[in-house]
Amino acid sequence: MLNYEELTEIGAAERAAAQQYQHRVSVCMSAGCLSSRSDQIKDALETHAAEKGLGKACQIKGVGCMGPCAAGPLVAVETDNVLYRNVKVEDVSDIVQSLGTRPVERLVMPTNTPFFSRQVKIVLENAGRIDPERIEDYIAAGGYKALFRVLTELMPVGVIAEITRSGLRGRGGAGYPTGLKWSTVAKAAATKKYVICNGDEGDPGAFMDRSVMEADPHRVLEGMAIAAYAVGADQGYIYIRAEYPLAIKRIEKAIRQAQKMGVLGKNIFGTPFSFSVDVRVGAGAFVCGEETALIASIEGRRGTPRPRPPYPAASGLWGYPTLINNVETFANVPTIIRNGSEWFSRIGTEKSKGTKVFALSGNIKNVGLIEVPMGIKLREIVFDIGGGIPDNRVFKAVQTGGPSGGCIPAEYLDVSVDYESLSQLGSIMGSGGMIVMDETSDMINVARYFMEFSMTESCGKCIPCRVGTAHLYDLLGKFVEGSATPNDLTLLEELCDMVRHTSLCGLGQSAPNPVLSTLHYFRQEYLDRIAAVSQNGAEHIVVGE
Amino acid sequence: MSLRQGDVPFPSDDKRWRLVNATMRRHGFQPEALIETLHTVQESFGYLDDEALRFVSNSLRVPLSQAYGVATFYHFFSLKPQGKHSCTVCMGTACYIKGGQAIVDAVGKAFNVEPGKTTADRQLSLLIARCVGACGLAPVVLIDNEIAPQASIEELPQRIAEVISRAEL
Repeated sequence: MLNYEELTEIGAAERAAAQQYQHRVSVCMSAGCLSSRSDQIKDALETHAAEKGLGKACQIKGVGCMGPCAAGPLVAVETDNVLYRNVKVEDVSDIVQSLGTRPVERLVMPTNTPFFSRQVKIVLENAGRIDPERIEDYIAAGGYKALFRVLTELMPVGVIAEITRSGLRGRGGAGYPTGLKWSTVAKAAATKKYVICNGDEGDPGAFMDRSVMEADPHRVLEGMAIAAYAVGADQGYIYIRAEYPLAIKRIEKAIRQAQKMGVLGKNIFGTPFSFSVDVRVGAGAFVCGEETALIASIEGRRGTPRPRPPYPAASGLWGYPTLINNVETFANVPTIIRNGSEWFSRIGTEKSKGTKVFALSGNIKNVGLIEVPMGIKLREIVFDIGGGIPDNRVFKAVQTGGPSGGCIPAEYLDVSVDYESLSQLGSIMGSGGMIVMDETSDMINVARYFMEFSMTESCGKCIPCRVGTAHLYDLLGKFVEGSATPNDLTLLEELCDMVRHTSLCGLGQSAPNPVLSTLHYFRQEYLDRIAAVSQNGAEHIVVGE
Repeated sequence: MSLRQGDVPFPSDDKRWRLVNATMRRHGFQPEALIETLHTVQESFGYLDDEALRFVSNSLRVPLSQAYGVATFYHFFSLKPQGKHSCTVCMGTACYIKGGQAIVDAVGKAFNVEPGKTTADRQLSLLIARCVGACGLAPVVLIDNEIAPQASIEELPQRIAEVISRAEL
């Protein structure tokens, strides 16, 4: 049975072992860098270090996402405090040569830039620093201490109180207060309860959860275990989409390690608390990110949502009370317990506490994974952290929340990034995809792109979503082609309203958002497509219904 | 008397059925193992044919209609054999903004294949992915499930042709 002393010893031994090395080199082995063959770079580093007789003096480890994905493959020399970008196998001998001396200038990525200095890392505190495939490295960074503290010092109600006080809200997009959700499940009377981690990150343009699972899988497991203790569950599931093979592999490995070490499984830390976690692999259905659809999928059925209530907190997996939280939500938990709710609630705004991880991409210089305090101005994200728009083009809009979200135009760049402010602008926080578009982007085309997505991903259960999204897609097509009539505009708006208010689940209810938001901020683009037809004197092509 | 669970005879003496059976056994032949089992079939055989669906549904005591429903509901499962090679173009938002559609068009034109379909000679399937989560490298193209970094539209068909001809040697 693992006890606190042993846990501390494992961490201390790991840190002492790392200190033995004269040089410590980290290579990013997350999906982005890995696909630029960072694994070959790691191998080359090992070979060159061995050739130079540095085999024993040099630690070379694979780590998770360091952030600036577009500059990959990334290599960090921790002992020299230097970060290298776009490293190629040919560069490796120079890097090994330079260890402990002057860095290789041509490869250096400056780290005193806003991209690094403006970020605040909680969820990503270990990402890019620890080896995700070694539990010892996570323990050395303070891992599983929060679980120990919870199991030995706190009652379940105490844990829930701590999470409630922290002000943590669901990071999957909707922002439901986490403490409230936990207490609902905890209060439900049942012989069996479940904890589910939603890793079905389906929004196109979002890779936050993937990066967290790949970079720091034990953090997610620890968060789930703490939640399980708080609500009284003994079995958990992590639902990961099949498109993320590396995340699946690392989480599965982490589960095996945690079980072997005794931080998962029976009688954790010698307490009566037992908790096991199993992985369930998704099969490519966006709607499974919706909680009732996800539950149906774990039960081996088609992932179609059902009406709520009853909410999963009352009747979820196999009819038992079930807590479902997103990967990032669970990843916040260990740090909140370790540093205290008061510390956490000092970060962010009055109603949105803590930080948010965003996947920044599109027409922006610094594409990558970032974590920022809630309440930061959108402008700071785009122009300071993101470095602005490349090729001397002009900023047009930011799209957040993917197919369920909306866009934010230039005049609102000073909006505070928090749940309330973004929804006031007709967008949503979403799970964290943030796509920057420049002046060349055609907003109607973007709206149609998202509608095509919602149309294809509609599960078909309810008619407003199944038929409505298809009609919306066709209508948008007429605008893209320039064959729309003024009547089509009215129809578009009415249909948006209908789909939004009558669909069964979040997918349908939010599917019109990209259209409504572009109609609101870029209405002229829609009007221009109608006008173009009349001015040219071209025939109005009215497609019969 | 009906067969005991796990006693459904294998459709053939193909060794891959053992893998499929192992997945079902690991889940105690419970109906909820359906998706996990179909994953194993897809991994082992490359697609789900009628024979496989019947075997799995009998073994797990799930109605064939439900097995078929699940197999057709999820995009990941394929009911038809795929080409020997695959070119998957990511159409996540970041890739779309950076010209994913043009890549689909170019590859489709070069190999005379529609998205989601396989060439007549069964050499290449052109597939569309819903965000592979490597947005930092947008636009992303995967050839045989490996990301082909920074492939330009001009050189991509050439690169795919090389992969196909290399495998032929």
